Amino acid sequence: MSTVADRKVPVWQAKINANIKVAGSGPPVVFLHGAGGLLWDEFLEKLAARHTVYAPELPGTSEGDPDAISHLDNLWDLVLYNYEVLDGLDLRAVPIIGHSFGAMLAAELAASNPERVSKLVLIAPIGLWREDTPVANWMAVTPASDMVKLLLHEPEGPLAQKMFGVPDTDAQIKMIWSMACSGKFVWPIPDKGLKKRIHRIQAPTLILWGKQDRLISSVYAQEFASRIAGSRVELIDQSGHLPTAEHPDRVVGLIEDFLGA
Amino acid sequence: MYISAFHLMPHRELPDDFEKRYPSIWVTPQFHELADARRIGQFYNWTFDELIHAAKAGADGICTNEHHQNAYGFMPNPNVMGSVLARETNGMDCAIVQMGATLPATQPPVRIAEEYAMLDCISGGRLVAGMPLGTSMDINLCYGITPIEQRDRYREAHDLIVKAWTSREVFAWNGKYFQLPMVNVWPRTIQQPYPPVWIPGSGSTSTFYYTADHDYCYCFLSYFGYQSALNAVDKYWAVCQERKRDANPYRLGFLQLVGVSETDEQAERDYAKHVEYFYHKMLHVPPEWFGIPGHQDYKSLVNAMRNPVAARAIMTLKEKRFKDFQKDRYVVCGSPATVRDQLKDLAARLRVGNLMVLLHIGSMPHELTLKNMDLFFREVAPALRPTWDDQWENRWWPAALRKKTPQEAIA
Repeated sequence: MSTVADRKVPVWQAKINANIKVAGSGPPVVFLHGAGGLLWDEFLEKLAARHTVYAPELPGTSEGDPDAISHLDNLWDLVLYNYEVLDGLDLRAVPIIGHSFGAMLAAELAASNPERVSKLVLIAPIGLWREDTPVANWMAVTPASDMVKLLLHEPEGPLAQKMFGVPDTDAQIKMIWSMACSGKFVWPIPDKGLKKRIHRIQAPTLILWGKQDRLISSVYAQEFASRIAGSRVELIDQSGHLPTAEHPDRVVGLIEDFLGA
Repeated sequence: MYISAFHLMPHRELPDDFEKRYPSIWVTPQFHELADARRIGQFYNWTFDELIHAAKAGADGICTNEHHQNAYGFMPNPNVMGSVLARETNGMDCAIVQMGATLPATQPPVRIAEEYAMLDCISGGRLVAGMPLGTSMDINLCYGITPIEQRDRYREAHDLIVKAWTSREVFAWNGKYFQLPMVNVWPRTIQQPYPPVWIPGSGSTSTFYYTADHDYCYCFLSYFGYQSALNAVDKYWAVCQERKRDANPYRLGFLQLVGVSETDEQAERDYAKHVEYFYHKMLHVPPEWFGIPGHQDYKSLVNAMRNPVAARAIMTLKEKRFKDFQKDRYVVCGSPATVRDQLKDLAARLRVGNLMVLLHIGSMPHELTLKNMDLFFREVAPALRPTWDDQWENRWWPAALRKKTPQEAIA
């Protein structure tokens, strides 16, 4: 186990004390988490074996600071805020990996200032919308126990048991509030105009998608690929919306190859 | 005590197996499978007739509210209803209680300032201005408002409406959610500086503080009866005390389902199936939808997750029958004497001055509703009315309709 440190960076006129989980050694890489919040898991652990991983928490989702979200009003604020976090970490041009909501944010960063993102890994990003294959509304899932079916290829498998088997009130509060905070930027339809900006992305881009993703279908992989010049798609078989949790070795392997190339 | 008749305008004729065939009565039920527009027109007209009948029978006020995309209560604009009610009750001692137009979903909110002012003018100054936050189903799912912004948006809308009512100058509104270059609403309210404001809620602590800070009336809209409301109401009164407000019982409104018949036995025969229809079908909503992430602020979320009282109450509704709803006082049902006693108990224990009674329940047919109203206002209401009035003035009631003040009563 690597040591995971919490680094605090005051940004946004010092109104937000950004919390970034940092671990590992080697060349830097930034990881932007999904709508449900940051979970330091096996995937990040493996990634930290050969990289210094910086994983900023979305404001509002850091322990003991739920109201930090009130300082960011819209996607424009969120994008600029993230540049300030990169500044605070002294990361001028860095590879960014994003998952789902975090992947949409990563794409926005790469599109708005291509110089700051040296390489881009988009894991099941939201941000585009197809009428024939709408993205599932993860904030209105009912019954709540169906969430696991949206997230995992095997909703009754051992991973599902490990992640969702034992009800944990604190973890549920964390996840619900993380969805509340990330929802501020994407509710009610996670299409906030990325399609108009995505062509600006210049970073070499790897698009990873769980083949059996039920939250956002892997047909979206081609939607992203066709809009980002020179991007490459890897579909992960036997995987839902959380390929990093379902197949950490495979995903880390693909990312290491891509970053090292 | 002041007693108002509340109406939800529900679908009265849902199929028996509705809750088995459909996942929700709210947001997603199919209109064309479940309803016929001409029959719905009849429901609206019955609703008007019933509320006007209540006014004639002696209701101090008549209440409508706003909901969307559902068969539970579908007055998407309560001011359309209120307009007819204001006109039809002109000259009567009856307030038009709009409970009301939901602030976060009305764009721009000066629309509410305008429509409420119209109602106050039409009614001759009889408006009570309800300012609801709105349910998560209505505001987030049906109207697409970002859940985490709902409360903040509400507060800005409230400030804008009050300024629109009270400003003598044309002003610019540069808000976070609303920007208007020249605000100058027409008409203005008869009641000055503006009509009494009631804040409906379902027990959220932040709304208690908001209401107490603004010196408004908090209206607990609970379907789980007064016994289960005790904790929340105690908290509300503690907040009032903390904010140095007096203990005037008219600071609190409470909604109660009520059914009155000649005897307790007849009441069960009359109302049991309609009460079960109400709890089994009309509240058939996935519990998750009552709180889309962000609809509750963080503190309320933590409270609700650690003490899931409301969620459990909703989850167990379908296991309960009429006798259970009666025993737990979700409904107050019985002979006039039974209902009187229970409502006196309710008033004393909650310290409630503004009682709202739901006398049309679920599938209740028109004639039975009229009977319930007649019996309630003839046999029950007179015994409740003197409660509090020797000590307290209802400052949250249109001035023109207020009963004698305590001083006048003593003189």
